[in-house]
Amino acid sequence: MSWHHIIMDYRLPKAFTAIIVGSGLGISGLMMQTLFRNPLAGPFVLGITSGASLGVAIVTMGTSLFGGLLLGVLASKWTLVMAATLGSFLVLLTVLIVSTKVRDAMAILIIGLMFGSISGAVVNVLSYFSSAEELQQYFFWGFGSLGNLSWNELLILFILYAAGILLSLAAIKSLNSLLLGENYAKSLGLDIKKSRLLIITSTSLLAGTITAFAGPIAFIGLAIPHITRQVFSTSNHKILLPAVFLFGAIIMLICDSIAQLPSSDYTLPINAITSLIGAPVVIWLLVRKRKMMF
Amino acid sequence: MRDLNTHIVLKTEDLSIGYNSKKESTVIASHINIALQKGELVGLIGANGIGKSTLLRSLTNVQPKLSGGIFINDTPLESHSNLELAKVLSLVLTEKLASKNLTVFELVALGRQPYTNWIGNFSAEDIQIINRSLSQIKIENLKDKKCFELSDGQLQKVMIARALAQDTDIIILDEPTTHLDMYHKAYILKLLQKLARETQKTILFSSHEIDLAIQLCDKLIVMTNETVVSDAPCNLISKGTFDSLFPEDLIVFDANTGTFKVKK
Repeated sequence: MSWHHIIMDYRLPKAFTAIIVGSGLGISGLMMQTLFRNPLAGPFVLGITSGASLGVAIVTMGTSLFGGLLLGVLASKWTLVMAATLGSFLVLLTVLIVSTKVRDAMAILIIGLMFGSISGAVVNVLSYFSSAEELQQYFFWGFGSLGNLSWNELLILFILYAAGILLSLAAIKSLNSLLLGENYAKSLGLDIKKSRLLIITSTSLLAGTITAFAGPIAFIGLAIPHITRQVFSTSNHKILLPAVFLFGAIIMLICDSIAQLPSSDYTLPINAITSLIGAPVVIWLLVRKRKMMF
Repeated sequence: MRDLNTHIVLKTEDLSIGYNSKKESTVIASHINIALQKGELVGLIGANGIGKSTLLRSLTNVQPKLSGGIFINDTPLESHSNLELAKVLSLVLTEKLASKNLTVFELVALGRQPYTNWIGNFSAEDIQIINRSLSQIKIENLKDKKCFELSDGQLQKVMIARALAQDTDIIILDEPTTHLDMYHKAYILKLLQKLARETQKTILFSSHEIDLAIQLCDKLIVMTNETVVSDAPCNLISKGTFDSLFPEDLIVFDANTGTFKVKK
């Protein structure tokens, strides 16, 4: 009976979350790297994490500033999810509006970074005025977590994730022509602004909802596309996109199993594990192949 | 037959090009009247900074013109959507590729994008056209190589094959011979001449290789500070157009050999 309970209500939802998080972040990282022609880009360059952190920081640490009014609702996890969603949505909306105004994709990259700095600064100010308990709650969110999701929450996460994945499939053709650069892509009949909007919306849906439900999962979005490119030696998105999906899901499941520490009561922060596993893999691949595929 | 040969593919009427800013417009060149026919190889020459790139950018709708008209097959350029334009006009640019990790075949195949479905799957006809483009440029043997493995000359050929695969009436190339050695400069321009003859496409390229352009082109567009003239190379020589191309303190045009000589 209790085994059934552990598997059905704890391990299985967690495994599904790992698959969604790994594949979703991997694919959004891939799209950002191609859109910005930059191997250092990841799902969070548009300021999604910073927006989400800001939202979470306001509900966890803002009480000292805004009084006890919010306290009643604070305990629930939904508040954190809502705050993260709202925060990342607002930042993304701003970036989206700005992105239709600028001609160069690089400008969007810089604008995303600037928004990151602004929200980072606001978080700093908030933490300066908060209690140790509030700080701890904020920091725990920042560790990232694949567990804690009920089947109902998982369903909502899945619906938004599926929408993001469908949009990313529709972007495959645009992504391939963007490999030539924006001028060539335009000469191939591509509507650059429309494709940009499609790619950014897909990334926002994927990375935004994942961050809202699982916290800011670091590194996966940056590393998975590199690992996949090195293994498959291609930049063709018709191959890369499904491959990144698989690799993302598998690597996240492995990271989760390690974080679970067999025969121990502790679960390590998933963020530490993704970097501990991911970074050496990327370094090893780069050294072995001696050439960065991009 | 005669009617076919004189079919005008690209035409400008009293075209003015330049830059429009909020306060004023800077005219780079005006009163441009050119007409390019089917199957013609046309070279665009002029000194640095005279506005060759601006003209090409205006002709390809990358940059808005100031006034006058540009017509492709008698339809105004601006009434083409991006996709429609991609089916009549293909480009070879000087800018570097964002990624060189595609194979030659994949890169040439991208030329079929205006014709493929939402996910970019190729029909049997697409594959046939891609293979034909590869064999027209004689690069079938490079098919499976990655673009980063290629020399500059090979990469330029691949980019021309990609433009061919796009199956357009007009191909416009921006300085296709830069970074190439003397042999490959001649090779690429000779290749363009052959393609114009064989495929009946109109090929327009800008270049600083005036000697080669005079020998190979059906028509030259010469941009100077005062005017933009276009005519057959031999007519331009007898009219003395090349004498006013550059300041005369260093080099002079020798009409007998069709080349520029350094003043002794």
